[in-house]
Amino acid sequence: MSNRVVVTGIGVLAPNGNGVRDFELALRKGLSGIRVNEKMVECGFGSHVAGVPQGIDEIAESYFSDDLLLAMNSGHRCGAIAGVDAWTDAGLERPDPDDDRVDWDTGAVLGTGIGGMDTIANAVVPMTNAKKVRRLGSIVVEQVMSSGVSARLSGILALGNQVTTNSSACSTGSEAISMGVERIRRGLAKRMLCGGVEGASHYIWAGFDAMRVLCRRFNDAPESASRPMSATAAGFVPSAGAGVLMLESLESAQERGARIHAEVAGSAINCGGHRGGGSMTAPNPEGVSRCIQAALADAQIAPEEVDAINGHLTATGADPKEVRSWAKALGCSPSDLPPITSTKSMIGHALGAAGGIESVACVLMLKGGFVHPSINCEDVHPEIEPYAASIPHAALETPDLQVVVKAGFGFGDVNACLVFRKWNE
Amino acid sequence: MDQTEIFEKVVKILTPYVKNQKALEGISLATHILDDLKVNSARLVDVVLEFEDAFDIEIDDDDVDKVETVGNAVELIEAKIG
Repeated sequence: MSNRVVVTGIGVLAPNGNGVRDFELALRKGLSGIRVNEKMVECGFGSHVAGVPQGIDEIAESYFSDDLLLAMNSGHRCGAIAGVDAWTDAGLERPDPDDDRVDWDTGAVLGTGIGGMDTIANAVVPMTNAKKVRRLGSIVVEQVMSSGVSARLSGILALGNQVTTNSSACSTGSEAISMGVERIRRGLAKRMLCGGVEGASHYIWAGFDAMRVLCRRFNDAPESASRPMSATAAGFVPSAGAGVLMLESLESAQERGARIHAEVAGSAINCGGHRGGGSMTAPNPEGVSRCIQAALADAQIAPEEVDAINGHLTATGADPKEVRSWAKALGCSPSDLPPITSTKSMIGHALGAAGGIESVACVLMLKGGFVHPSINCEDVHPEIEPYAASIPHAALETPDLQVVVKAGFGFGDVNACLVFRKWNE
Repeated sequence: MDQTEIFEKVVKILTPYVKNQKALEGISLATHILDDLKVNSARLVDVVLEFEDAFDIEIDDDDVDKVETVGNAVELIEAKIG
């Protein structure tokens, strides 16, 4: 029998709150972290709004030494802070840099959707074009290599198990958690720090603006701009941050008397194959339904046991299709759909970090017995109207919440689904 | 610029790269940059770039290879600025 996997540590940096306490408060209140972004205004973007976690540099400076900070771009800072927070939340001590002992039992799958675009834009391209390649110094490669975010964390925490970075667009963070669960189940690691990271850079967001998939209609009302499931949804709001979970085998957690936040009961990953309506930029609905069903089967949880859904729900035209896919996957009529909510309504779409941050939201909801609101959709989209009763506009107090399902879908027609279960001692 | 001034500037440039902060307290010309200060060897290229900017000099790769101690760096810079 394979190992059960539990969550023993949480680290989160989100546009509406850094750290578990502030983030949970923001989720309960339905607080938006979306603001006008001066860089987007200055550079003539159609959209002027984004979600950026506040005070990251100050936190990074208090956490890390100068020699580390020299080569830590926005993504590295977010990932390393959230990773260290998940580690200490799991009751572990940060190792001394001079201590040569390696933790061979702990690894990391820390994903990023885009990676070190700020370093490429601010250093690599201008310096190279100006024939000043030598001036790039030694700090560029580790900030632009995709695996830099996980490698950075490994150095800080002396991680000696598998340390890697996955990338699957907007399903990255959820996929990372699924990968960590598999590794622990197979007995190859005791603990895996898993989740997603995305830096804050208008260079990352420019291409999305050009695709006209970012919200342009609420530049004057940033807190209303991220509107998943709304009739007036007008595209997603780009954001940044990191969400990292310490996944641990139940055996290891119990052995060391760790506090258990929740269980990851099951997961699934697939791709719609760019068929049946799927494409580079759109999901094949059959792929989505199959992924959700496979995750439930993996968790050995029946559809009727699902108490709440944390959707991908970005505020694009894909929302109605997604809601229908959930109903199809759970085999329920519109009126029977469990509460369905979008964390992106408050924090925007953190791309590669989305699945990590939103999984943190799921764990906090199970622990705290609530379902956070999905804000900015009082005017429910006409195609979602049959499901309207399932959308919470204010936090629901749900002390009996046992199972929350999280899914993330990404460009490339890729899907990842996680089933979180309340930990009952 | 006298040797003391160069030494002080070199120490200031090295400081953020130093992993062994204790070694900074007794830093002298004899202090080894990699072994004593525990500067990551890959970062030497960044340190050299900062020397070039701070003293308005150019340091070739062959010269860089000769720098092991703080004193080596000070002497090299002293020779370059004439």
